[in-house]
Amino acid sequence: MPPLARWLSRRLALTLLVLWGAATLAFVGMRLVPGDPARVIAGGVQAHATPEVLDAIRERYGLREPIVVQYAVFLGRLARADLGESYQLNQSVGGVVLEQLGATAALAAGAALLGFALALTLALLTAGRPRARALSRAVEFCAISTPNFWIGILLLTVFSFHLRWFPVLGDDGVAALVLPWVALALPIAGVLSQVTREGLERALDQPFALTARSRGATENRIRLRHALRHAALPVLTLSGWALGELLAGVVVVETVFARQGVGQVVVAAVNGRDFPVVTGVVVLAALCFSLINTGLDLLYRVVDPRMRQAAL
Amino acid sequence: MTVPQTAATATPYDDGVRAAAARSRTSRRRVPRPVPLLAAAFFVLVFVAAAFPGLFASLFAGLFNQGPNVVDPAAALRGPSQGHPFGTDQLGRDVFARVVYGARPSLLVGLGSTLLAGAAGSVWGLLAALGGRVAGEAAMRVADVFLAFPSILMALLVVAVLGPGTGHAVVAITISLAPGFARIVRVQALVVRGSPYVRAATNLGLPPWRILCRHIVPNVLAPLLILATLNVGTAIIAGASLSFLGLGPQPPDPEWGSMLAQARDYLDASWTLAVFPGAAITLTVMSVSVIGRELQARYEGRESR
Repeated sequence: MPPLARWLSRRLALTLLVLWGAATLAFVGMRLVPGDPARVIAGGVQAHATPEVLDAIRERYGLREPIVVQYAVFLGRLARADLGESYQLNQSVGGVVLEQLGATAALAAGAALLGFALALTLALLTAGRPRARALSRAVEFCAISTPNFWIGILLLTVFSFHLRWFPVLGDDGVAALVLPWVALALPIAGVLSQVTREGLERALDQPFALTARSRGATENRIRLRHALRHAALPVLTLSGWALGELLAGVVVVETVFARQGVGQVVVAAVNGRDFPVVTGVVVLAALCFSLINTGLDLLYRVVDPRMRQAAL
Repeated sequence: MTVPQTAATATPYDDGVRAAAARSRTSRRRVPRPVPLLAAAFFVLVFVAAAFPGLFASLFAGLFNQGPNVVDPAAALRGPSQGHPFGTDQLGRDVFARVVYGARPSLLVGLGSTLLAGAAGSVWGLLAALGGRVAGEAAMRVADVFLAFPSILMALLVVAVLGPGTGHAVVAITISLAPGFARIVRVQALVVRGSPYVRAATNLGLPPWRILCRHIVPNVLAPLLILATLNVGTAIIAGASLSFLGLGPQPPDPEWGSMLAQARDYLDASWTLAVFPGAAITLTVMSVSVIGRELQARYEGRESR
């Protein structure tokens, strides 16, 4: 088998392991909830469910089967991409998530682009320039230390309530996306720009930068053409982390700006203990996360030719 | 009371700090630099507010006219004034008092979950490094699975199972942080195990448990403590995020994240509601990060840039 195929099949196996792990964790979690699962589905201890209703619930969700059988049925359904049915929305989990996926993807993708663009610009402008660097470090430190829901609330206060440049809430169009994008992008950009700048400065100290300079390359050309590629490696490594932060941020920022999306669905599901929805989103997010991380690792091989020869 | 508290938190580093100082006595300035000092002072302030909010109340008697949960609808949504330096919220509660009393759950979640995650991660990582091939491999694959999906999802899953609340938020964040610590501890433990002094101890015939307690654990934990300090900020933000989503401490108890969630609905009426709890979170996180970086710089025996 060629090395790339072997590497990919190993990654695929790891992805499957992760999915199985996530599903198992979610299943175990569901069973750890104190009390009778049928009662939980009926709406908790406070809800007055008659024994007949509880019986019907047990019948419908297969709660009378031994736990091992329930687990097997659960995994079997997952394998057929059936995430089950929401306890509260009377709708399939896949349907609920699909409905909201567009809004969340637009939010996350825009914020990721903005975050990377901000980080790259800042790093390229300040690398190797002590005064600019000191200023930018201070700004980055503030951005990293600020939770994105506070950034969101401050942006709302200033730009929506006082200046009235952007709508206070709502999902219509790009205008409603600008502030959420900024709130999500700033903390990520802070970390990424620090790492990019460190990488750039290390690259600019290398002999090849001197060689390029001695051949008469301009400062901009050295930075963009020669140093940036070297700085890209640690940034790629951090991208997986940034992605996780982004997903976490989406949940919070959707709440701040009262936007529809997967984050809102999850928060409502956690509050209402709607386990099929929580489980479904956890498994789907684990899948996305694994796939994107595999893609990032593939990118490594594009950016750094040395990785292609290295033992995988 | 505060002085012994800070001294107690500083002791574990002392050996490392002293060793670092011995290594580079010439390069180290004796006078503490102003920014870390300021950060430490602020953190002590927050710590006192968390431990003894009542003491705070009596110190600033002029500013502190009512408790954090005293409702006064007649004075709702006022800006900063003589009796209410940070203004009042939608129920007329004093925002200054609520920010002071909100320090406890925030620090509890930040410090508590980091400590618990550090302890659990240490055991997990040591087991993975020293527990033999099968146990080690199994422990690391479990960590891989945990680390393969974003920590917020882990925390949400835990809260979905346990229900909302301060203690449950601590558990949730502990579980989401522990695998990261485990991975770091494992690497560090493998390095220490292969070091000459451990091999020498083995050759001298010391019993394994003694080598573990006297040589491996101390050398693994010192750098871990610094990493843990740097992690406290992350944990505080995670805790505040959970409570912003309504999954942390329950009302009417004040907490910075949930205060901001309530302020969200009154932004057009009073801007001060949005500013002070958020500033409290950010400044606390900043001070912890500065302290962590300073400790790291000292431990590594060089000046922080």
